[in-house]
Amino acid sequence: MGELALVQSPGVPDSPVVTVAPGWALAAVAILGALVLVAGMLDGVLSARSSGGPGGGASGAARPFGEAARLMRQRRRTTVQADTLLWRVGGAGLIVTAALMVAVVPLGRWTIFDLDVGVMWFNAMDVLVWALVWLTGWGANSAHSLVGGYRFLAHGLGYELPLMFALVAPAIAAQSLNVGTVAAAQDGLWFAVWMPVAFLVYLLGVAAFSVWGPFAPALGSDIAGGVRAELSGVDRLVFETGRYALLGAGAAFSVPMFLGGGAGPLLPDWAWVLVKTLAVLSLLVWLQRRLPAFRPDMFMEVGWMVLLPAVLVQDLLVAVIAVWRA
Amino acid sequence: MVADIAFWGLGLVAVISGAAVFYVDSMARATYALALSFIAVGLQVLFLQQNYVGVVTVLMMVMEMAVMAVYMVMFMGMNPALMPMSMVHSNRTAVATAVLTFGVLAAGILLVDWPARRGSPPPEVTVALGEALMGPKMLVMAVISPVMVATIVAGVVLAAHRTRYDRFGDDLKQRAPEDPQPGGVGR
Repeated sequence: MGELALVQSPGVPDSPVVTVAPGWALAAVAILGALVLVAGMLDGVLSARSSGGPGGGASGAARPFGEAARLMRQRRRTTVQADTLLWRVGGAGLIVTAALMVAVVPLGRWTIFDLDVGVMWFNAMDVLVWALVWLTGWGANSAHSLVGGYRFLAHGLGYELPLMFALVAPAIAAQSLNVGTVAAAQDGLWFAVWMPVAFLVYLLGVAAFSVWGPFAPALGSDIAGGVRAELSGVDRLVFETGRYALLGAGAAFSVPMFLGGGAGPLLPDWAWVLVKTLAVLSLLVWLQRRLPAFRPDMFMEVGWMVLLPAVLVQDLLVAVIAVWRA
Repeated sequence: MVADIAFWGLGLVAVISGAAVFYVDSMARATYALALSFIAVGLQVLFLQQNYVGVVTVLMMVMEMAVMAVYMVMFMGMNPALMPMSMVHSNRTAVATAVLTFGVLAAGILLVDWPARRGSPPPEVTVALGEALMGPKMLVMAVISPVMVATIVAGVVLAAHRTRYDRFGDDLKQRAPEDPQPGGVGR
């Protein structure tokens, strides 16, 4: 192993962020947990309002707590010849993936993991969701949940490449794959302002890898709940928490990528990151009831014929502007 | 020290999960055992300071395995691989070949007179690797890429059972193509 030690770590020269002690990862997970709760409460309120008042059980802002209490007391459902290992890996993996995503998001000046290729890291984590959602659908050994898993992959083939090329735009403009550097490169003008197509496609991608809103047919009631058809009790709670956590992590990552990071008047930079994250998260939660479902069998053509060319033109424009400014 | 343990631990995970591909009895488990093996290798590459290569390995391989699992379940086995099935065939030949190959390669490692290291790694190892791989062979790479894409497209066109005449009519004048699976943009 002597050879390994000889290789000097390239690190991130002139990194604009400070790497904090690993123990602060707990704080990052706590913030992610708070985002999950806020998203759950907001979704509960919107759900109660759209259904015209309280229904059965806990509703409104209390819904995430009521649901958690209900699911934690629920008896675990078992299915015949379930592939329990893969099933549990899939269900529990979403939370882990979301936590690994926020590891590279700087909170103002501080970050846990100042990776020189942080943007790629986020992208690799969102691809993990492909595996995890399909495994959750596969593991139960149930036709409906497997159909849900295939629906998710069908969406994945449509949304993933546009999402990747949407992440390329800020990286080109900042000439770096380091998340802190991308945030610092938006001095005065946010990337969301002058690369709106990439920003919109990114938000769509976040909804997609969270199996959220228009991308929820993988969990559709027409297939008895799809991927989560057989999930019950704590397993279901963990899966649902994972979806909200992915939504929160995606919202948090949009801040350094498109919304100027911690830049803003009066408040300190860490507070601005949280405020912007909450704003994006609220938008995503609110959109769930505003957009129709994208049919998995039809979305691929939308992804490849509309989103991908649009975001490629966006990348070209950004590249031309980046060369012209240099 | 910790880095050394993590590196060798990941190597162990890569080898064991690679072996598990042939030991397990389900296509899904085999596919994702291979994915785990690739993830471990990708993380090992991070320890070699090739951060970009390592993360891209994880990204590409997980995506590829997620798609491969679908095809494996669809096309392998008698009952579209929904039932438990063996992951090996031609056992004796395979074992003999594997042992022989391992023996030859291991003997090669031990017998070759390896040169001593000259110089030290450059500060930007990823850039150095990229130039070593691509630098003098850029023309070859640039020629191979379109040839490969053309091969893929030609293969799909030859394999597709419907032609443009099925889609657009005999005189190719039909406006909206007649497809068994309509697309999403209303063409």
